Amino acid sequence: MTVRLRDEVVTLAHGAGGKATRALVEGLFVPELANPLLSPLGDSALLEVGGARLALTTDTYVVRPLFFPGGTIGELAVNGTVNDLVVAGARPVALTAGFVIEEGFPVDDLRRIAASIAAAARRAGVVVAAGDTKVVERGNADGLFVNTAGLGVVPATLELGPELVRAGDRVLVSGTLGDHGMAVLVARGDLALDVDLRSDTAPLHELAAALLAVGGVRFMRDPTRGGLATTLNELAAAGEVAVRLDEAALPVRGEVSAACEILGIDPLYVANEGKLVAVVAPEHADAALAALRALPLGSDAAFVGTIEAEPEGLVLLDTALGGSRIVDMLVGDPLPRIC
Amino acid sequence: MRFVDEFRSRRLADALRAELAALVEAGRPVRLMEVCGGHTHTIYKHGLTDLVPPEVDFLHGPGCPVCVIPMGRVDDALSLAERPNVLFTTFGDMLRVPGGRGSLLEAKARGADVRMVYSPLDALALARAHPEREVVFFAVGFETTAPSTALTLLRARHEGVSNFSVFCNHVTIAPPLRAILDTPGLAVDGFVAPGHVSAVIGTEPYDFIARDYGKPVVVSAFEPVDILQSVAMLVRQLREGRCEVENQYTRVVRREGNPRALAAMAETMELRETFEWRGLGEIPWSGLRLRDAFAPFDAEARYELPGARVADPKACQCGEVLVGAIKPWQCRVFGTACTPEHPLGTCMVSSEGACAAFHAYGRLQVPA
Repeated sequence: MTVRLRDEVVTLAHGAGGKATRALVEGLFVPELANPLLSPLGDSALLEVGGARLALTTDTYVVRPLFFPGGTIGELAVNGTVNDLVVAGARPVALTAGFVIEEGFPVDDLRRIAASIAAAARRAGVVVAAGDTKVVERGNADGLFVNTAGLGVVPATLELGPELVRAGDRVLVSGTLGDHGMAVLVARGDLALDVDLRSDTAPLHELAAALLAVGGVRFMRDPTRGGLATTLNELAAAGEVAVRLDEAALPVRGEVSAACEILGIDPLYVANEGKLVAVVAPEHADAALAALRALPLGSDAAFVGTIEAEPEGLVLLDTALGGSRIVDMLVGDPLPRIC
Repeated sequence: MRFVDEFRSRRLADALRAELAALVEAGRPVRLMEVCGGHTHTIYKHGLTDLVPPEVDFLHGPGCPVCVIPMGRVDDALSLAERPNVLFTTFGDMLRVPGGRGSLLEAKARGADVRMVYSPLDALALARAHPEREVVFFAVGFETTAPSTALTLLRARHEGVSNFSVFCNHVTIAPPLRAILDTPGLAVDGFVAPGHVSAVIGTEPYDFIARDYGKPVVVSAFEPVDILQSVAMLVRQLREGRCEVENQYTRVVRREGNPRALAAMAETMELRETFEWRGLGEIPWSGLRLRDAFAPFDAEARYELPGARVADPKACQCGEVLVGAIKPWQCRVFGTACTPEHPLGTCMVSSEGACAAFHAYGRLQVPA
């Protein structure tokens, strides 16, 4: 399906990870840059160099505030890129880090962020192998923007991808949904909500390794911007399958659920930064769930749905009350309803 | 989560399903209009159309506060937002609503200072924090949100905040209901009346529906079990040949409403002779404006506005959707020229609009 970009200016909706983002990427960048490495539009590009299979990815971090409960922009920048490699089946090897710093930015804050990058890299078993800094005039950046790129090695025989997903496969998530997005929203402080939420930012390499050791894994993603709903919609479209979710099985922390309820936001669309969604062949599903639950980061792992053949390209949800509905792609930023 | 989970209980829902199945006469359609967009949203989000007997048909009424703002008023908002010294504040879901020349989100992308707030009090706080700027609040909504605008105006006057004004687009719920009831050929058997509006205005304003038009009304809360219970109450009234205004939302709604909120509204606002509703046209005595005593806080008095009327797009059939004459998917542009990303009409612009809710959640249910 070709996607057209109909807008005349870029709006924040184009950055929200939903339909508008897709129009921006597939309607503007992909036609210009199209090549076999880019075209699958996975979390990482897969390339072969001198017989080795490499995964390559990049991501830019513009979070506000820079420090939030559970992490910093530095941890996000490491974990996010590590996770994009990990869900492509790769073992992360090295990262690059680029910093766009606004004039007047406190050096102490920068030092804290550098330390958090170092700690996150150690935890994920990668090094920052190259870097760059640029300083821009006051007002030209929101404090600090960070870009990271990552390189990883993919096992010779591993195949993952939406096209491998089959009807009957099970969908797993490694833990609770929506923690990061709601923690950051609340940390901005303009909601006057007093609730204890923490970002889930974490590297997923151990969870992914445990799953791959079990076998039967067809597809992995980290449901970041746009949340689980967006990830599964992309899977359904690319894999030409349907995904059926079980609302009662979705793991959501009580605090997250309450904050979402007040703001009229659906946790299915809220960003995660330390969660894995995997599609696993049915005969391996129980072992896969057990493998995730055996790890600290996977203690809340759950089956949340199944793959079905029809209706192709759609995500459905069996509601807790016994009805069913569609789970659509997000249109723009999840905007709080007024009443 | 307390006060939520119990109203999403499978056990209660199953009991109400059984009750409804016993109440409905097989083969005899029951057409119920849920007035409020919040109800429409709940119905689709929780799959309630699967839970009621096939005879029960939900028609989606005019109660989405964002959807009913006409394009010309959005253009007025854009002209305010684009004034050099204005800091324009709005509820989040107004950001994407298209006027004749784009949305506030697009104006923001072009450089207008548009900020999302969660309450008019947040806008007043911005005015205090930025005395050098002119802060304007885009007031929309039914009697649900009007009291908070009223209280903010009273506070602004009390504190003497001179750089704060309100662009008032508040509307009232009863006039559009009367307009719908006066639509020739209307086939509605009963009304699920809005809960939050009723918490302010009480249940008496709906009496005319039962008295003059012979249709039963049940004021309903917003959780799925609430709506199922309200449907059962309506079907029971129809079955027993009764026609009354009943209150399912007794945990919040009183017959007399909220006198303090009503008093604050009455002190600050008065009815306009007429107000244009997107999709429904001009409806007399249906919109609110600020009283003369609050002219210093009235953006319409303080600033020159284009005030142009912008016709709804011709292809759009929102007017027919809003009176229940057609279903969202029967509109000639549904899902093609009119989508949530590029809405043409009122019902597609907010998540509570009938077409947007159906597009997001219900598309599989289109009868073959």
